[in-house]
Amino acid sequence: MFRIGNLKLPHKKHTADMKDARISTPNTVVLPMSQYIGAPALPIVKVGQQVCVGTKVAEADGKVSAAIHSPVSGIVKKIGDFLLANGKSCQAITIESDGKMTLDPGITPPVVNSAEDLCQAIRESGLVGLGGAGFPTANKLENAINKKIDMIIVNGAECEPYITIDNRTMIDGAEYVARGVKLIEKFIPGPQQIVIAIEENKPDAIAKLTALLKDDPKVRIEVLPSIYPQGAEKILIYNLTGRVVPEGKLPSDVGCVMFNVTSVAFMAHYLETGIPFVWKTVTVDGSAVKSPKNVTAPIGTSLRDILTFADADFNNLGKVLYGGPMMGIAAYNLDDPIYKNTSAVIALNKADSLPKTQYPCIHCGKCIQNCPVGLNPTAFVKAMNISDKNDRAAMLEKASVLSCIDCGCCSYVCPSRRPLVENNKLAKADLRKTLASKNN
Amino acid sequence: MNKLIVSSSPHIRTNNDTPRIMLDVIIALIPALIAGTIIYGIRSLLVVFTCVLTSVVSEFLFNLATKREQSVFDFTAIITGLILGLSLHANAPVWQCVIGSAFAIIVVKCLFGGLGANFANPAATARVFLLVCFSSTLAGGANPVDLKAGATPLEQLANGEKLPDLMDMLLGNRGGSIGEACIIALVIGFAYLVFRRVIHFETPLIMVATVFLLTLIVTGDVNTALYHVLGGGLVFGAVFMATDYVTTPITRTGKMIFAFGCGLITFLIRMYGNYPEGVSFAILLMNILSPYIESWTKPKAFGKRGSK
Repeated sequence: MFRIGNLKLPHKKHTADMKDARISTPNTVVLPMSQYIGAPALPIVKVGQQVCVGTKVAEADGKVSAAIHSPVSGIVKKIGDFLLANGKSCQAITIESDGKMTLDPGITPPVVNSAEDLCQAIRESGLVGLGGAGFPTANKLENAINKKIDMIIVNGAECEPYITIDNRTMIDGAEYVARGVKLIEKFIPGPQQIVIAIEENKPDAIAKLTALLKDDPKVRIEVLPSIYPQGAEKILIYNLTGRVVPEGKLPSDVGCVMFNVTSVAFMAHYLETGIPFVWKTVTVDGSAVKSPKNVTAPIGTSLRDILTFADADFNNLGKVLYGGPMMGIAAYNLDDPIYKNTSAVIALNKADSLPKTQYPCIHCGKCIQNCPVGLNPTAFVKAMNISDKNDRAAMLEKASVLSCIDCGCCSYVCPSRRPLVENNKLAKADLRKTLASKNN
Repeated sequence: MNKLIVSSSPHIRTNNDTPRIMLDVIIALIPALIAGTIIYGIRSLLVVFTCVLTSVVSEFLFNLATKREQSVFDFTAIITGLILGLSLHANAPVWQCVIGSAFAIIVVKCLFGGLGANFANPAATARVFLLVCFSSTLAGGANPVDLKAGATPLEQLANGEKLPDLMDMLLGNRGGSIGEACIIALVIGFAYLVFRRVIHFETPLIMVATVFLLTLIVTGDVNTALYHVLGGGLVFGAVFMATDYVTTPITRTGKMIFAFGCGLITFLIRMYGNYPEGVSFAILLMNILSPYIESWTKPKAFGKRGSK
């Protein structure tokens, strides 16, 4: 067994035993056109137009992009500019719900007879990778079909604190996971094995899936130690196979394709019902949330609605995060929506949100020892102090800054609480900018 | 409206912060202080206390004078004072303790930019400084009981005099500096630091083993090699000076090379140099090499390694 990563985080999986609860239909939903990696989608509806649940409101723009569908029935209120929590801007469609949740009459289960049909169907569903980055799933399926792949990995590691939605998918939706796995097996016959990777802190999920899939010779359930960042794509591939995905390459370049376990379950559900990807379950937890729960809500529901549903303490709210505490992005506005790839809404109280005292770097080296991808974050700090942008870019490139996966380990362990991840992100953006200007 | 706080991820941090680590180092030094006080008497406390107080006051005044943020609460000045005090002998003149501590904090640490920015170990440098300036009073060590200046075991070894037996060497019943004598107390401190994951076990081990093996090879005598390990400030320096974060290489491999270098130079000074002791000099010399060792031992990024 290969092993990268040794960070033990507090798990805080308070919601691990909770079935998801459905939120009542929100009055409005906001659908930003950029909810994943790739080109923003293009709106195809007009203000004032009537839409139903599942009506396509924006179509994919180019190869790496995903369609967006309305999660409610109602009227398109507004199409305008929108500032995402990650600082980028795009267009967003606001839909006012009529409260009826009428299903689009055009929805029928897709007919799938070949791998190409499957890709096409999933492309139409608007599904993106639910592990975090949100890479359009159809593109991954294409890679799995067209490239030389010998292993498909279903990622159920879920290593971030608090989050339990994949755990619940593997328990409550085990049937769908199993059916999704069979689908992959049927239409993508190339890979010799399908590995379902689960961290050992999810015994119920392991038992359930083992019972369902133990007779399938191609499927293997791999139980992994609960260490962070076990679920990060490149780390998980290494820990399962010993294969190293080179910097700037995709897992398919080393013969692997990875799907998040909830994405796999959705594929099976979609082929059965034809309802596009419009609902999302998120874990709502954190020190400012009084009754933590897993909430299923229409994509585009505001953070405020979701936090109200979980009885958050709005008077003592410090940070609200999209995603877990290690990699999550802090929201700046409670009226912003949840996205397709939002796995959790974590609300921290003021005491937990205020910055802690910083000290100077004491060269302890803990950031280096805990970096799962073998980087030296202090080298990036030194590099970012260089004023000439070309010298800076050369040093950043030499120190492999683009290998950084933003996992957060370096900042987490830093006893002086240096803003290392922040600097890594700045450094990556800076290097990409310099490289882009060189290429033009 | 209720404003949200935004910042870069991660949004949780370890509780093991810099003052906590420094507190661990202070805790690890306490057994050596207690043992030193038992062996060399109550005057040991005066020496150590003077060094600690001067260190803290120097840093406080320097920050005040240069209008810097007050940094005495991170406990690092206390450590410098403790280590310097413990590396002197029990009848060191108080005014020399004051000069040494002020030199360590102001010249070696603060003038280079304070915590994290100094390239040389403040306590080791101050010890060398005092040794060179006041060799008549500070060289050698105090004898247990009467505190009269006397020869340390390594000097006795060099002069071919009668040595204390090995059990006394372990317990610390011999001439020397306050903190270096009782090896058992130092091992307790070492174990605590390793347990708390403040230091890696290999750094002190490599340094001590290097001295032991090289002495064994050159002299061919296990007994002499053992006296070299237990005598002088080797164990004290290996546990508390060679493991300083700031002045040693940042990578784990780098720290190992550093430890080997410290052992090698200590051995060379003791065997072929003019001083019977060499630990502080060795650490100081290796401090200067640290940036180079660091650049030789850069970690290799995951995506640039070959598949296994």
